[in-house]
Amino acid sequence: MTQLKAAMAGTVFTVNVAVGEEVQAGQVIIVLESMKMEIPVETEVAGKVTAINVQVGDFVNEEDVLAEIEA
Amino acid sequence: MMTKLTGQTVYNEKLEKRINEVFAGGQQKYHDKLKEQNKLFVRDRLKLLFDDGQYTEDGRFANCEAGDLPADGVVTAMGKVNGQTVCVMANDSTVKAGSWGSRTVEKIIRIQEIAEKNRVPMLYLVDSAGARITDQLDMFPNRRGAGRIFHNQVRLSGFIPQICLLFGPSAAGGAYIPAFCDIVIMVEGNASMYLGSPRMAEKVIGEKVTLEEMGGAKMHCSVSGCGDVLVESEEIAISEARRYLEFFPANFTEKPSLKGSIEAKAGRTLEEIIPENQNAPFDMYEAIDALIDEGSFFDIKKLFAPELITGLARIEGQPVGIIANQPKVKGGVLFVDSADKAAKFINLCDAFSIPLLFLADVPGFMIGTKVERDGIIRHGAKLIMAMSSATVPKISVVVRKAYGAGLYAMAGPAFEPDVCIALPTAQIAVMGPEAAVNAVYSNKIEAIEDPKEKIAFVQAKHKEYKEEIDIYKMASELIIDEIIAPSNLREVLADRFRFYSTKELPLPPKKHPVYPV
Repeated sequence: MTQLKAAMAGTVFTVNVAVGEEVQAGQVIIVLESMKMEIPVETEVAGKVTAINVQVGDFVNEEDVLAEIEA
Repeated sequence: MMTKLTGQTVYNEKLEKRINEVFAGGQQKYHDKLKEQNKLFVRDRLKLLFDDGQYTEDGRFANCEAGDLPADGVVTAMGKVNGQTVCVMANDSTVKAGSWGSRTVEKIIRIQEIAEKNRVPMLYLVDSAGARITDQLDMFPNRRGAGRIFHNQVRLSGFIPQICLLFGPSAAGGAYIPAFCDIVIMVEGNASMYLGSPRMAEKVIGEKVTLEEMGGAKMHCSVSGCGDVLVESEEIAISEARRYLEFFPANFTEKPSLKGSIEAKAGRTLEEIIPENQNAPFDMYEAIDALIDEGSFFDIKKLFAPELITGLARIEGQPVGIIANQPKVKGGVLFVDSADKAAKFINLCDAFSIPLLFLADVPGFMIGTKVERDGIIRHGAKLIMAMSSATVPKISVVVRKAYGAGLYAMAGPAFEPDVCIALPTAQIAVMGPEAAVNAVYSNKIEAIEDPKEKIAFVQAKHKEYKEEIDIYKMASELIIDEIIAPSNLREVLADRFRFYSTKELPLPPKKHPVYPV
């Protein structure tokens, strides 16, 4: 299982996938907004989304786990 | 045919035998171990490094009376790399794991002294277990003990280029050799740096950890920042070192050499690459490709703090050091590590007369508790001091946004860049429109009850703010020197770097600044 973590503190701008969805390596799973910038969070592995831990508008800290993917 | 042995021939045969013993290195089992680890024997490394594989060696017979310590575990030599003389020290890990005895240390000190006297680059090919503890009195605390190697490195820093190729361990005190070099190239899987080995960590502090986790090449090149270039093999490490050296003069008194111009890589134009929406990410590497001679980029610390790109390149044959924000990673925001990375790179280029090109697209320095506790202010100060005190030609290009101290860090107008160029997409401000309107009018915005009216008010203020920071207004006020079309940027940069090549900027007399660290 691969954890998708926030690279920096910010708020969740969009959640692009749902639990159960199949995703490709390099796909943008979540977009954060921080310092007025869109910060795309990509998955490095292909697989199935098993958990989404955040909702749009949530504040997240660096290293927080945003989603989990089963390769 | 039988040759009659004269006295001289007997002497020569003895010499040849002794030399061959030295050239053979350590015992066969240690050579076999090298092969298992995908490592090259030290003399094969040197053959690859030097032009035509030729080199001149000193201290070959060091410790030759000991029998099992050929060259005392280190080869020290002079030779040519790209036609330029360089000095090299190279550990031989087949001899007592490349550990340091007193003669090892003395040989290293001497080759450093030769590099200083001849004002030529010094390369350290490191593969060593560290000090021979049994010999500590002879090699550790003395005036010409191991400490002197580091003292010499500091003396030589900025005087001549110093390059470290890490092929194996660089343990304990030895780990400071890479630390004092301008650049450290590490071979994945074999190179490591650590003060205390995993075995020592378990004994002394109770931590259980693997060598790779604690001090492996990948960790140092992506997390600690102690490594600059991660490579797959020793052959690539050596060819990368040769490529790196092409950018550098022999010493600080000389200028780096020019090469023939090569066209930029064919691809999308800057107009196509750079999105108008200031908040949307794009890949700055693609923009760099459109500006530089194809294939000339030498990425430094690619895996460390990738929100900022630092690398050497050529523009119409002229060497430049590029510092560029990467909007694709963490929005291109400056962090503690990115500030560190840029500060060292700027110091490196300035020391050896390599002009600097800043490509700014930066929302500012990161804010929040985490980075304040990490000391982002002092790390940012380090970057700004390095940039500000650099006297080489500096060109600042505002690609898109340059907000707050981000403008300062990227050689904004106040820091005497030779020119500050804006692309039409540039936006210079204390902060972006959204943040600024919130900061100034937050009470007013909250007080408006009608949502439509609220949106209209905010939009009107955004428009006002954008007019105030309009790039033509900035140019009209001479805040920026020039606005140019992205498609002309490469040519403009090439011309300007040629014009500024005679730049001299004396600093006020003093010993040295008080560096923020």
